[in-house]
Amino acid sequence: MVVALYKGIFKRDMSIAFQQKAELIQPLMFLLMVVTLFPLGVSPSPETLQRIGPGVIWIAAILSSLMAMERMFRDDFQDGAMEQYVLSGMPLPAVSVVKVAGHWLVSFVPLLMLSPLLAVFLNLTVDMYIALMLTLLLGTPLLSLIGAIAVGLTVGLQKGGLLLALLLIPVFIPLLIFATSAVDSAALQLPYYPQLAIIAAMLLLAVASAPFAIAYSLKVSQN
Amino acid sequence: MSVLDAAALTCIKRDRTLFEGLSFSVEAGELVYLRGPNGAGKTSLLRILTGLSHPDEGNVFFNQKNITSFPSEYNAQLLYLGHKSGINGALSALDNLSFWMAQHGVKQSPEVLFNVLATIGLVGLEDVPVRFLSAGQQRRVALSRLWLKKAQIWILDEPFTALDVSGIALLENAFNEHISQGGIVITTSHQALSPLAGNHRTFDLEYQW
Repeated sequence: MVVALYKGIFKRDMSIAFQQKAELIQPLMFLLMVVTLFPLGVSPSPETLQRIGPGVIWIAAILSSLMAMERMFRDDFQDGAMEQYVLSGMPLPAVSVVKVAGHWLVSFVPLLMLSPLLAVFLNLTVDMYIALMLTLLLGTPLLSLIGAIAVGLTVGLQKGGLLLALLLIPVFIPLLIFATSAVDSAALQLPYYPQLAIIAAMLLLAVASAPFAIAYSLKVSQN
Repeated sequence: MSVLDAAALTCIKRDRTLFEGLSFSVEAGELVYLRGPNGAGKTSLLRILTGLSHPDEGNVFFNQKNITSFPSEYNAQLLYLGHKSGINGALSALDNLSFWMAQHGVKQSPEVLFNVLATIGLVGLEDVPVRFLSAGQQRRVALSRLWLKKAQIWILDEPFTALDVSGIALLENAFNEHISQGGIVITTSHQALSPLAGNHRTFDLEYQW
């Protein structure tokens, strides 16, 4: 079964992702541009940028992730690959986990690699950057897992894109609050482990329960 | 003894009853040709038989076991091809089929895969992304699965769509061979099956208002 998941789903998703590089790069370019707009639109003064920086990066990350989120199941649903997964005998929660992991690797790992550049743009200190990186490491898998539930639910609809954003943005608010609060604490040289612990707890809860919710939403979309 | 039994199936879509209390059984070596006008519920019935969607009432049994309780036994013996072919346009025919085989736990050597692609008439097109192939060729890629997975039950929704004359003959011969080996084929089509497909039972689904 592990072989089936690795060879049949993971390798497949990776080869499809690398065939569609444009779809991977567009959300990153969007993120970069949104972040660039703030110094132009708000104020280029280093203090202001440092104050709004963590929030800007997180909001831009959430918005750009919404653009890439649909990729997770949309093509599989439209071309009928999803029907074949359901009938393949592989457990659907496991398939969901592998698909979410693949999605995180191709859409969030590049974002993590881009984050030092964004930190320099917004004049973040080293302490702030480390905190930002930690919140992104813990928070982005959470975005993928929760997002996958909503994608599973909306994939059968004709124009699910905007609905997806409306469903997900409110759910991401707690994550945004704790993540930016952690970076703010880091800016003041205060400990920020409590915020990280809360994000980690949310992530663990999602890891434990989201696969079943995703599998169920995909089944419902087939009906 | 019957292999696949449908017991009192009812399907309601958007407040319209497609069929009600539909029961039938299919025995080994039978080719069932499902007919009916557009909107009669052929696709809905086939999807219920595969277990992809659930009937509003009734059950489907495979070897006297309910398919919702024992899905893995059934899935191992089932091959379903729907309107949507399950082929990703960005991948080549070879990749599409080998990933699909891995998902379904089908173990075949690469030579077998190449032979099947040759049988189906796709020599020289193995490495081309499928979206560059014609509709009929894409259909052939999807149909290659019939030669790869050893499944007893084939459930095929409009398999002849976009196929040319030789493709139809190839598929009908495959039906004949499959049922002569004790397999089951349940298929829909808007054109009549030719004698090549072997003996078949016609099953008519009426359009209900």
